[in-house]
Amino acid sequence: MSTSPVLPPALRLADVHKSFGKTAIIRGVDLDLIEGERHALIGPNGAGKSTLFNLISGRLHATAGTIQLRGADITRATPQAINRMGLARSFQVTNLFHRMTVFENLRCGALWSRGVGYTFWRRVDTLREANARADEVLEAIGLTRRRAVVAGELTYAEQRALEIGVTIACGAGVILLDEPTAGMSRSESDAAVALIKKVTIGKTLILVEHDMDVVFGIADRVSVLVYGEVIATGTPDAIHANIRVQEAYLGTDLAKGIDKELTGA
Amino acid sequence: MKPGTSLIAAALALICLLALPYVFTQGFALSLLCQMGIATIFALSYNMLLGQTGLLSFGHAVYFGLGAFCAMHVLRWAGGTGIGGAWAVVLLPLIGGLGGLLAGLILGVVTTRRAGTIFAMISLGVGEMVASIAPMFPALFGGEAGLSANRVFGAPLFGITFGPQRQVYFLIVAWALVAAWGMRALTRTPLGRMANAVRDNPERAQFVGYNPQMVRLLMLALSGFFAGIAGGLSAINYEIVTGETLGANTSALVLLMAFIGGVGQFYGPIIGAVLVTFLQTALSQYTHAWLFYFGLFFLFMVLNAPGGIASLIQLHRDPWRQGLLRWIWPQYALAALPVALTLAGLIGVVELIYRIAGGVEAGETSWKLFGQAIDATRWQPWALALLLLAAGGAWLEKTWSGVAWQWQMVLLATARGNDR
Repeated sequence: MSTSPVLPPALRLADVHKSFGKTAIIRGVDLDLIEGERHALIGPNGAGKSTLFNLISGRLHATAGTIQLRGADITRATPQAINRMGLARSFQVTNLFHRMTVFENLRCGALWSRGVGYTFWRRVDTLREANARADEVLEAIGLTRRRAVVAGELTYAEQRALEIGVTIACGAGVILLDEPTAGMSRSESDAAVALIKKVTIGKTLILVEHDMDVVFGIADRVSVLVYGEVIATGTPDAIHANIRVQEAYLGTDLAKGIDKELTGA
Repeated sequence: MKPGTSLIAAALALICLLALPYVFTQGFALSLLCQMGIATIFALSYNMLLGQTGLLSFGHAVYFGLGAFCAMHVLRWAGGTGIGGAWAVVLLPLIGGLGGLLAGLILGVVTTRRAGTIFAMISLGVGEMVASIAPMFPALFGGEAGLSANRVFGAPLFGITFGPQRQVYFLIVAWALVAAWGMRALTRTPLGRMANAVRDNPERAQFVGYNPQMVRLLMLALSGFFAGIAGGLSAINYEIVTGETLGANTSALVLLMAFIGGVGQFYGPIIGAVLVTFLQTALSQYTHAWLFYFGLFFLFMVLNAPGGIASLIQLHRDPWRQGLLRWIWPQYALAALPVALTLAGLIGVVELIYRIAGGVEAGETSWKLFGQAIDATRWQPWALALLLLAAGGAWLEKTWSGVAWQWQMVLLATARGNDR
């Protein structure tokens, strides 16, 4: 990486809070993502992982604190504005254009970044760059043979692959994947890990994941989110050791919960 | 279809369109054809919202009506000054289109913030608002009498004055072809595709960089443009525009056209526009109960073919390509007679009820059918109609299960053929 020291982090969360009414879900999260790293976010159910993703991607807005994308403030930006600035996300529950074909889904993902905007005076088939990009991603996610199939008719694993495809089609530098392997069999999940590694080369990745094999297979660093706070960040091995330390302070119940997460039991 | 085949089909269709006014020379048929052409543009423009962007509008008449009024004002002004002559009439629908476009841009800012039920409700509110404002400004909307003008003025164009209805028909055909081509082309642009994306999943559209509200607004404005073209043509065709044009009746009619024809296919609304216009105009010549029949038909379509007539055509397409329809034709033929008997019974009962209830003319209970006098106060016609309905219905139910069974077979065979 030719990252110069003055370059801001790919993503910076500073003292981010989110409350729904009186219930505080995110309680002061600080997190820096280094350009080009693959970062996993783990933690028990209800820790606020998905909420944090929603805050970063603009689906929700933080109650307090700031979020910066490569030094630019995106705390109050709309999802489309954040996407145009180079951040893309996938969804835990498959979120596709279900009546459109696989290829159309990918092309929709690629259109804005190719500067097409709301054009209604040019045929979409003549936009060489967007079509080439869609075909490129189509091949990368291994759905070339399913090109003309309507997204709603794909198998679950294929839909998950397309979900990742639509996310990366715009070529964003920062990618958020929300449980990309949820509900997959072992072999499907292995294929998904290989796919994620392949398509995020040179990108900054942050993913929420419950499957520890996936986390250890992909992540350079891991952050542990518990009750809306990041209690530890480090390499996967360091985090694994750190949890033992936390045990002493947090009590066994919580530590067991986290340990369960980490061992994938 | 090979490109050559579709070219031949297009040429044949064009020849048919041009020959129609020489086949149907009566004034009634000709004005019906003109109405169908206008309705086609209007229904296609409606489907840009419903079928392509997923917006259910209850107020699309606003753009049709405002386009018509814009065109009417220009027609009156041009007629008064003699400017343009027949040329002005040719280009007048464009004025209507610009009026619809502008109205769509302004009203769309309010209506397109939300989709789904909220959009439907707001469109209803905005439609009623515009329709109720119209009578307050007689100078703009002509009050109760509406605005009228004469489409024949100034210099003719290559001998065309647009006086004869047939010349207006050709103008409508020309504009309908241009508008349909434009709307078809629009579905294949980035905006058209993102409209589909916003229809399917507005949230995901945001996360690929698009503002769904902007997509909806642009689609509404462009849809208003084409609706305005239809409105402009109606101003030329009828030489009068009234405030009613803006109202809920017109909005409901275009919804029915698009829905009956089928919103899932581009050509669906064309079928719907032609059919509904025909039913509305021709059926009302034969029976006072036409609106009732129309309602029954709509109910039947909603319950049995929610994708409209176009979806039925699509259903037959793949089996037809594989030559599998020959298995279904005999079943259809077997069902034809019971269908006819049931319909005859149903129509008989409806007509008798209408006579008894005084829906036709008070005290007028008998009429002639095939030279035979029928009196609704006697029991024989009732018995016959009810017998037809009951026997036909029972027979139909039996034969229809055969049709359904055969369809299962054909669809299975088609799926196997498609996989190959």
